[in-house]
Amino acid sequence: MKPYELLVIGGSAGSLQVILSLLATTGDNFPIPVLVVLHRNGLFESSLEELLSVRTGLTIKEVEEKEVLKPGIVYLCPADYHVLLEQDHSFSLDYSERVHFSRPSIDVTFRSASDVLGPGLIGLVLSGGNADGADGLAYIQARGGLTVVQDPLTAEVPYMPQQAISRMEPDYIIPAEELSIFIRGLVQR
Amino acid sequence: MDVNPVQYEELELLLSDLYQRYGYDFSEYSKASIQRRVQRLFTLDKFPSFAEFRYRLQNDSMYFRRFVEEITVNVTEMLRDPSFYRTLRTTILPVLATYPFIRIWHAGCSTGEEVYSMAILLKEAGLLHKSLLYGTDINPLVIEKARKGIFPVSQMQKYSENYIQAGGVRDFSSYYTANYHLAKFDSALTGKMIFSTHNLVSDFSFNEFQLILCRNVLIYFERDLQSKVFKLFDYSLENFGYLALGSKESLRFSPIADRYRQVGREKIWRKVHEAV
Repeated sequence: MKPYELLVIGGSAGSLQVILSLLATTGDNFPIPVLVVLHRNGLFESSLEELLSVRTGLTIKEVEEKEVLKPGIVYLCPADYHVLLEQDHSFSLDYSERVHFSRPSIDVTFRSASDVLGPGLIGLVLSGGNADGADGLAYIQARGGLTVVQDPLTAEVPYMPQQAISRMEPDYIIPAEELSIFIRGLVQR
Repeated sequence: MDVNPVQYEELELLLSDLYQRYGYDFSEYSKASIQRRVQRLFTLDKFPSFAEFRYRLQNDSMYFRRFVEEITVNVTEMLRDPSFYRTLRTTILPVLATYPFIRIWHAGCSTGEEVYSMAILLKEAGLLHKSLLYGTDINPLVIEKARKGIFPVSQMQKYSENYIQAGGVRDFSSYYTANYHLAKFDSALTGKMIFSTHNLVSDFSFNEFQLILCRNVLIYFERDLQSKVFKLFDYSLENFGYLALGSKESLRFSPIADRYRQVGREKIWRKVHEAV
């Protein structure tokens, strides 16, 4: 089986704690790059990168346009831009219309990364009060990628994972506290 | 679910058709972005096959016009990134004030919201009477809208907040007349603007400016095209003139970088040497 090349995490309301504990325990020798698409609604505009890096000890970096994906780095979508992936695994930024009232939108990044990576992509949908991510996750699955959803029972705001589950049949539905062990197991070499 | 998107090979074929048929060259646009826009249009207009989509574009110039309107991104707002406008107000305009005549180019101005924002700043600095603002875009439809200076009233509260954050002290509503759901901006502002279509890929420099703004346009271009456009801006900018980019864009990797200095923390650069 072809190894996974990228993990994209989509989170909205109530997902920050999950992301923090997920990243903090996956460790700094995580073998593939991680891209976090987080709806931010202006709450932690500038401090998010710092917060994540202090709390997880990982290399956290806001996506810059034309930058090429590298393992060992956790990329964060900048506020107010969609993030797309190019064939050469570099990022493009996009300031087009919001999708599901969101920019960055999880659907947009899921689809674009899936177009490039197909079965090499893992998509993870976390807590949130928005339908973003469900459509993109179905797309990832249809193109052979792996789809994971946080168990809505363990989500602070269950709507987003519920939407994903009602839209498609995710490969795995995992409780918040088990996510990091599970994800690590997927990519351990 | 349609999981067989317009393939990259098909996209290249299509773009090559359009260049030959209409002279518009999209070949150096960032592929992921243009692929997404083309896919969106293809789905929206319910083409049964890629071949039919391609045929329509080759043979129907009105549909090509729609293509240009739909694949270019026309999202913009007034006084977006208020801290950027605050810097223009406090740092850049006082320098421009020393010129007898001020020429500003908004490249890729879309529906013109940034041009009106700039005109308001110039008016408040007492400089509008000796300024000319050029707004250009590849898309003729947005240029028509920009000329009218009519924007949805529903946006005005947000723009008014931006205005205050950008250091505005007047009543923002004094700049427009509201009529039902539309806000028409003061003709004193519009009178100092010239709007025209211009394609950054293929058209040349058309004047010399003290300030060029091109925000959130270059993110849609591949590196080589970015470099080409930077050279066009450099050629169109007076020595000691300013170039302003979007909040995630940079001059850093461009061929003109060594002759420009960044102004403070905003994405504004000043030309400090002419090309030799």
